[in-house]
Amino acid sequence: MGERQRIVIAKPGLDGHDRGAKVVARALRDGGHEVIYTGLRRTPDQIIRTVLDEDARFVGLSSLSGAHSHLFPKVCELLREAGLGDVVVFGGGIIPESDRPPLFAAGVRAIFGPGTPSSEILEFVNFASGRDCGVGSEDDWHWGE
Amino acid sequence: MSAIENGELEVTDTDGLIVAITGPPGVGKSCLIDGILHRLTPNNLVAVLAVDPTSPISGGALLGDRIRLSVLDDKTKADSIYVRSIATRSSSGSIPSIVRGLASHLLANNFDLVIIETVGAGQSEMRCAAIANRIIVVEGPARGDGIQAEKAGLLELADLIVVNKSDMEGAERVVNDLTISLTLTDDAPPIIRTSATKGDGLDELSDMIQHLDERVTSRRARARQQLLMAHENILILNPAFEAILDRMSEEGLVLEEALRLLNE
Repeated sequence: MGERQRIVIAKPGLDGHDRGAKVVARALRDGGHEVIYTGLRRTPDQIIRTVLDEDARFVGLSSLSGAHSHLFPKVCELLREAGLGDVVVFGGGIIPESDRPPLFAAGVRAIFGPGTPSSEILEFVNFASGRDCGVGSEDDWHWGE
Repeated sequence: MSAIENGELEVTDTDGLIVAITGPPGVGKSCLIDGILHRLTPNNLVAVLAVDPTSPISGGALLGDRIRLSVLDDKTKADSIYVRSIATRSSSGSIPSIVRGLASHLLANNFDLVIIETVGAGQSEMRCAAIANRIIVVEGPARGDGIQAEKAGLLELADLIVVNKSDMEGAERVVNDLTISLTLTDDAPPIIRTSATKGDGLDELSDMIQHLDERVTSRRARARQQLLMAHENILILNPAFEAILDRMSEEGLVLEEALRLLNE
C-alpha cells in the first residue's frame, strides 16, 4: 500500500441506497486508509465543506439514481473554486458508459460500476496518490484508459 | 491541519477551553454535541475533534461521527463550526499530543471552545480525553450490567456526568447508582439528565460546558493519564520498538528480555 490517504465517501443527490458506498468505505478502511463517510442526501456544497474541513485528498461520489451527470461535474467545479484542485475525484454507482466521457472531461478520474472488485479501487487510490491528477490539474488521464 | 497531524508542524500550547466528551459507545455523545453546537453557535466559534479508533490490523479507519451533526446543515451556524475526524493511528506517534496540537492551533485561531469527542473505551481514547481541561462523561440507561463508565475507569476523570436518553427506562437507575457511588467521594462531580433527541437538559448542558469547575480528583486523574502517556511515548518512539515487536511475534523473544533490550 502507498501512503495512507484521507478519503471522503459522499452520496450526493436524493438516492437513499448507501450499501455500495459503505462497502467501498469499508474496503478502503481495510486497505489502510482513513475514510470519512458523509451520510445520505448531501448537497455539493456540503460535500465540499467536508472535504475542506477533513483535509481529504480523495472524494468518492456514489450515485444510483441518475443525478451523476449534473452533480458530479458540479462537485468538481466547486472543488476547483474552493482552491481544492489537488483533490482527486472518483465516482461509482449506476453510471451508463455513454454518460462517462463528460464526467471524465469534468475532472472525475475513475468510475467504478457495480461488481468492481475493491482491490481495483485500492489500486486506483494508490496509483492516483502518486500522480498529479487532482480535479484542477491539467492531466486528462482517467483510470481504465 | 494535516501538517500538524503528520507531525510536520510544531504547535506550542495555547490557553483556552478544551472540553472532552467521552463515554461508552452508543450513549449519544454525537447527538449531545449536535445539541450543544446548535445552542452555542453562531455566537461562539466551536471546533469538534472526533477521535475514532484505527484498526490495529489494517491501519485504516472509518470516521463516522461527523454524520450525526445536523447543525452543519444550518447555514446560519455552520460557519462558526469546524469538525475534524481523527483516527488514532497507533503507529505514527502520539495521538493525544497530535490532538493537543490541533486543539492549540484552533484556540490560537480564535476558537472559543474545542470539544474532543472520544469513545472512552481504549487507552488512546482516554488519553485524548485527558489532554482536555475539563472532561464530561456521558452514560446511558442501565443495561443490567452495571455502570459502563465506572467499569471503564472513566468516572474519576469526570468534571460532569451526563446521563443521556433520560426518557428511557433504566436511566433513573443509573442516576441513582452514580449518586450512591459518588457519595463516598468528597469531590463528586454534578450529574445531569439529558435527552438529546428530545432536547431535554441541553440548554443546561450548553451553559455548564463553558463554566465547569475543575475538581482535584479529576485533575489528578488527568495528570495520571498524561504521565502514563508520556511514558508510553518514550517506549513507542524508541527506534528499537518495532524490531523488538517483530522478534517477539516471529522469534519467540520473551517479554523480560524485550524489556531489557528496550532499556538499553
